[in-house]
Amino acid sequence: MELTFNEVTFIYSPGTPFEFKALEDLSMHVPSGSYTAVIGHTGSGKSTLIQHVNALLQPTEGSVQVGDFVMEAGKKNKNLRSLREKTGIVFQYPEHQLFEETVEKDIAFGPKNFGVEQKEIEERVTNALEAVQLTEDVREKSPFDLSGGQMRRVAIAGVLAMKPKVLVLDEPTAGLDPRGQKEMMEMFYTLHEREGLTTVLVTHSMEDALTYADDVVILNDGKKFMEGKPLEVFKRKEELKQVQLDVPEVLEFLEKVEKRTGISINYEKQPIAELAKELAFRLERRDDYE
Amino acid sequence: MNNSMIIGQYVPGNSLIHRLDPRTKILVIFFFVIVVFFANSVWSYGILTAFAVGTALATRVPLSFVAKGLKPVWFLIIFTFLLHLFVSRQGDILFTLLGFPFYEESLIQGGTLSLRFFLLILFTSLLTLTTSPIEITDAIEALLHPLKKLRFPVHELALMMSISLRFIPTLMQEAEKISKAQASRGVDFRTGSLKDRMSAIIPLLIPLFVSAFKRAEELAMAMEARGYQGGEGRTKIRALVFYRKDYFVFFFFLMIVAATIGTRM
Ligand SMILES: Nc1ncnc2c1ncn2[C@@H]1O[C@H](COP(=O)(O)OP(=O)(O)OP(=O)(O)O)[C@@H](O)[C@H]1O
Ligand SMILES: [Mg+2]
Repeated sequence: MELTFNEVTFIYSPGTPFEFKALEDLSMHVPSGSYTAVIGHTGSGKSTLIQHVNALLQPTEGSVQVGDFVMEAGKKNKNLRSLREKTGIVFQYPEHQLFEETVEKDIAFGPKNFGVEQKEIEERVTNALEAVQLTEDVREKSPFDLSGGQMRRVAIAGVLAMKPKVLVLDEPTAGLDPRGQKEMMEMFYTLHEREGLTTVLVTHSMEDALTYADDVVILNDGKKFMEGKPLEVFKRKEELKQVQLDVPEVLEFLEKVEKRTGISINYEKQPIAELAKELAFRLERRDDYE
Repeated sequence: MNNSMIIGQYVPGNSLIHRLDPRTKILVIFFFVIVVFFANSVWSYGILTAFAVGTALATRVPLSFVAKGLKPVWFLIIFTFLLHLFVSRQGDILFTLLGFPFYEESLIQGGTLSLRFFLLILFTSLLTLTTSPIEITDAIEALLHPLKKLRFPVHELALMMSISLRFIPTLMQEAEKISKAQASRGVDFRTGSLKDRMSAIIPLLIPLFVSAFKRAEELAMAMEARGYQGGEGRTKIRALVFYRKDYFVFFFFLMIVAATIGTRM
């Protein structure tokens, strides 16, 4: 399913002293099956943006299209249920939404609400547990007895069990240890590829955007600041600095190497080890030459 | 956030009313509430209404916002009026509309009761509109201070109040966040039978309680870690001082009270 935002403006508490324009005249397009990263300084409107995807928020002006669903400013939405079934949202700190007695029941909560059959639900729970790399023995435990990281995984499994076509991730790895972060991002990418999902990732990590995303959208103060392919966007270092964003470390490093030694290496998502090898090789060759 | 929740809806500003000592505001409101019940003539009601509306204007909070906050009580005010009109039948019949007699006495009684109600709500809401919750608790603690001699736990009460007030917006935010998360998982809070809607509340309430308890525990720990040992010997970061404007307001209010009592019948 593809997503399209048409000149969307969103205002919180309109008509009160607390009125706040969180999105302004924002247009963007996410093709079906693509992986898009949304980046922006804190308070730039990322979470507000993604809540339009399943009509939790309705545009104050403009319209949002998700597959066949169109949400326009000032119009009542119909068919919310089937829209929400197709769009899974993993919120910031999703472990706060757990409530059932057992992990199994909590994961089954979404599918149950959407009327999936009991037999299929059990299958989905098993698959979702596997996808988030939790063992079968947590199935009957209370989610509140798990560690923070495990709780996060249960919550994510609960969203995956809905079998959404669009997966929206709002900083899904915030507060996890580095290894857990990597595992989780890999897991989402595998799912994205395997299920042909349309994925939108909200992140503060330039590295993740560079590694996984097909497209990058940069927000600033509720407006779209930049968009494009990750490598192109991250070339514009000076502009990114204006909105307090850095470029990924790898790119920063390669740029410094070029400045110091004149050796320019094209980054094409090579693993670090390979980059190091190439750099060593080129350095040696240069020394030989001299 | 629910915009019609005016209680606790502080609108920062710089008007005279905003800058008054919170004790002044609380005392004036306290006596205003009493004086409202003394009013019984057109003049006395007129003076009090003018005073309340004038004060509302002086806060410089947009009137539409003040009115919006009164929305939940409009219903009660109008209901009171209609109840009096249709149920109690006293005095002469004033006129008959569509075969229904309107009694003079009930009209007056309904009117004054609704007006009283309106004045009370309007005036007290001005306190919460112009005074931050922290100021209010400080003022209450200061005003209740004499009760300490009677072993009344003034400090603890004030602390409880300020913590609750502090966490109301947090809890509301949290509730909104969780209800959005559950709505994304297919919970429908708006339609369905009463039973369906009741059971839709559970996925909202449990996470809310869990996080509130966790928060309370963390807060207690953080306070102890920073050396909190109760009210004994604790100094205040914000000292409350009456300024000339406060005395002026007291004097002005005293005149209003005198005028109201003077125009009683
Ligand atoms: N319910 C709300 N009512 C009023 N204002 C809000 C509400 N939610 C968010 N805002 C404001 O809208 C702006 C954008 O918020 P949003 O949560 O979309 O930011 P964000 O980009 O997700 O930030 P972060 O990286 O911190 O998660 C912020 O300035 C915030 O204060
Ligand atoms: Mg956010």
